[in-house]
Amino acid sequence: MVSVENTKKWLSLFTTQLIENKQYLSELDTVIGDGDHGNNMARGATALNEALDSKIPEDIPSLLKLIGMTLVSKVGGASGPLYGSAFISMAKASQESTDLSVLLEAGLDGIQKRGKATAGEKTMVDEWIPVVEAVKEKNLTVDLIEDSVQKTKDMKATKGRASYLGDRSIGHIDPGAMSSSYLFKTMIEAGVYSE
Amino acid sequence: MSKEYGILLISHVEGLATGVATLLNEVASEVTIKTAAGTSEGEIGTSFDKIQETLESFKEDTVLAFYDLGSAKMNLELAIEVSDKEVTFYDTAFVEGAYTAAALVQADASIEAIEEQLMSLKIK
Repeated sequence: MVSVENTKKWLSLFTTQLIENKQYLSELDTVIGDGDHGNNMARGATALNEALDSKIPEDIPSLLKLIGMTLVSKVGGASGPLYGSAFISMAKASQESTDLSVLLEAGLDGIQKRGKATAGEKTMVDEWIPVVEAVKEKNLTVDLIEDSVQKTKDMKATKGRASYLGDRSIGHIDPGAMSSSYLFKTMIEAGVYSE
Repeated sequence: MSKEYGILLISHVEGLATGVATLLNEVASEVTIKTAAGTSEGEIGTSFDKIQETLESFKEDTVLAFYDLGSAKMNLELAIEVSDKEVTFYDTAFVEGAYTAAALVQADASIEAIEEQLMSLKIK
């Protein structure tokens, strides 16, 4: 069950991960993208921390919407509109339900509507799809989250900036899938997901 | 003086957008051409806030938008969703598409005629 309390804890753990791994995410992005994923996400993380420190919405839809709008405004790159759309879609869905699988499914829909990526295109969607499925089946584990990131390594990018590299994108982890893995691991750590 | 449609250029790089605008002004001196380029911090990228603010600043109600790479399109789509303006964007080659539209808007071509010309320049 998603609550204001555990969502705040989740986001605070997530932003810590993003700031800690800023350089690593940018390194992954340098190989197959434009090298700014770490900086972009860290900038968004700092803005999120500020937003959540100053004005704390008291209901889940407002909280998720604040997170989404902050990400859209501050992250930049492709990740801003993608992560932003995910949280804005989750905000809308949370008016009806606080079930995590319902919210994550809405988030995935938001990402796919914005970025038009499907499974196997070497994007963050390749992390989101198996996680959403596992949350639904109540068998999400840290191993599953990490395995799904590793699987993007052998994929050839057909969406996003890496797609300009064609076959040369093969053999490298997708940075968006990696940052999404931080989102899902901290989701478990914060107790937002429980079996 | 202005025309029925304004043109918005969205690019990851400010110099790229202003360069294209300079090129367009040569054939479309009466068309409002605006740019929204780079992040809010002036770095390479696009900004939802910048695009939204620029859209709202048009006095024309209808805006034709052109962008360079994929993530610019996503920020543009988000800005369109919250804007009161009627905005159409085209998945054309950035320079050729914007240039074609600017020349035709200047010549008072109909939107149908403009879109027909743009069709052959679609690359994304």
